[in-house]
Amino acid sequence: MRIKTFGYFSREALISLRRNSWMVLASVGTVAVSLIIVGMSLITVMYANYVATYLESNVEIRVFLKTDVNEDNARALQDQIKSIPGVAKAEFINKDKALEDFRKDLGEQQNMIEALGGKNPLPHLYKVTTISPQDIVKVANKLQALQQTDQIKYGQGVVEKLFAITKWVRMVGLTVMVLLGLAAIFLIATTIRLTVFARRKEIQIMKILGATDWFIRWPFLMEGMILGFIGALIAVLIVDVSYAAFTDYILTELSFNIIGLNRDPRFLVSLGVALLGTGTFIGAIGSGISMRKFLRV
Amino acid sequence: MINFINVSMVYPNGTKALIDVSLRIAKGEFVFLVGPSGAGKSTLTKLIFREEQPTRGQILFNGKNISRMKPREVPYLRRSVGVIFQDFKLLPNKTVAENVAFALEVIEASRREIEKAVPDALERVGLAKKAGAMPSELSGGEQQRVGMARAIVNNPPLVIADEPTGNLDPDTSGEIMHLLQEINKCGTTVIMATHAKDIVDGMKKRVVALEKGRVVRDEERGGYGYED
Ligand SMILES: Nc1ncnc2c1ncn2[C@@H]1O[C@H](COP(=O)(O)OP(=O)(O)OP(=O)(O)O)[C@@H](O)[C@H]1O
Ligand SMILES: [Mg+2]
Repeated sequence: MRIKTFGYFSREALISLRRNSWMVLASVGTVAVSLIIVGMSLITVMYANYVATYLESNVEIRVFLKTDVNEDNARALQDQIKSIPGVAKAEFINKDKALEDFRKDLGEQQNMIEALGGKNPLPHLYKVTTISPQDIVKVANKLQALQQTDQIKYGQGVVEKLFAITKWVRMVGLTVMVLLGLAAIFLIATTIRLTVFARRKEIQIMKILGATDWFIRWPFLMEGMILGFIGALIAVLIVDVSYAAFTDYILTELSFNIIGLNRDPRFLVSLGVALLGTGTFIGAIGSGISMRKFLRV
Repeated sequence: MINFINVSMVYPNGTKALIDVSLRIAKGEFVFLVGPSGAGKSTLTKLIFREEQPTRGQILFNGKNISRMKPREVPYLRRSVGVIFQDFKLLPNKTVAENVAFALEVIEASRREIEKAVPDALERVGLAKKAGAMPSELSGGEQQRVGMARAIVNNPPLVIADEPTGNLDPDTSGEIMHLLQEINKCGTTVIMATHAKDIVDGMKKRVVALEKGRVVRDEERGGYGYED
């Protein structure tokens, strides 16, 4: 395609976009909303997956021994625990170490430790990890059954819930996205149809003057692609701005980063590129449909 | 140049517009198509630039069978046929020069070609001074001359005019006919469908008469042959 021809196509596309401003608004808006939902659910699903995998690989069973079990007897349990089928690792933590860890976790609020008056109320404990997450419940029951065990703790059901949420977000997101995507395609197709209709006389003259089919089609295809692109641009801006605001809030207000918030600009850029590509593609499909039906050249 | 071989054309609604038409038109000829309304004159011209396709028979254009032409070849056929319409078919939002240039833009001619050919064509139809005017600012005859400039701007070997004077008064029609003759003298084949008895009788050119879709008369240096 010659540069000049490209200029002609863009000019024609822009002129007709101005002419149908209400349809343009509707189709751009729908593309934007559908892509905002796509973007947001992508981000949500990504984090939910991340958290789920993180938790899954980090689920450990903490076995708190009765306070009357002394350190030697406690250490002696190691082999017995390790011999339970499904156990991968059993790490002994004596109560002094446990207090030390607790102190570290508290950070600035050391006065809580001082309030204990130098006594250590914590028991000895084992941190047990299993070979696979499915073994957790079985192993936990065996550990509970030991006579030295006071209580055990592990993330009962958390992982399952997280995966359920991820699945749900993915499904709802996908459904809404597909429906809105179809609506966007339909609206773009209608906009293009109006343009084709408004310019049918010109199209007829172009045909008689010997314009090729693609020469006639390009402005309409470009028009649809511009619509999709503008909608996607709006979506990218909104998703990026609200994502930045969200991570800012989490990091400054809550000052902890449990889900490993990803502030990598490359991530936002590739998300943006994907959304822009999708929007432009939706636009091309919309005008493609319209041209097939109304632009028999 | 043009060879119709037993061409029949039935519209999708069943109207038989042309029945078994055979016709040869040589390069450089000037041919009038006459006949009553609905005889099939417009249909015949539309078959030549493939606005319509024949139901039966073959049409050769410069030896090429256009009834069996692939759709993507059609634009190139149309580039060698300049078409002039009764209602001019100008774009109202473009100037005279832009309307003429449009014919070259859609075939992706270069800016230089356009800058040279457009003033030339406007000169030939005597509208050089109106290049910047809008079609709505012109008389009917002037608008038709713009249509002619657009039809000849890329020097097609064939010009088809379907009732080019149908909307014009006799004096203005005379100007248009004079221009068509000029175009024909430069070697361009001209086919003109018309109801204008005076013009046909005055020009003494080949006349092909159609009636109910059939060729009923084909005379060199003929007359209109019908009482209006
Ligand atoms: N697009 C169409 N669909 C169906 N029938 C058509 C179509 N165009 C023309 N016809 C019919 O075909 C026949 C020939 O029409 P055509 O336009 O070729 O006649 P014409 O000789 O040009 O008439 P006129 O002198 O009035 O322009 C007529 O009966 C007309 O009604
Ligand atoms: Mg006619």
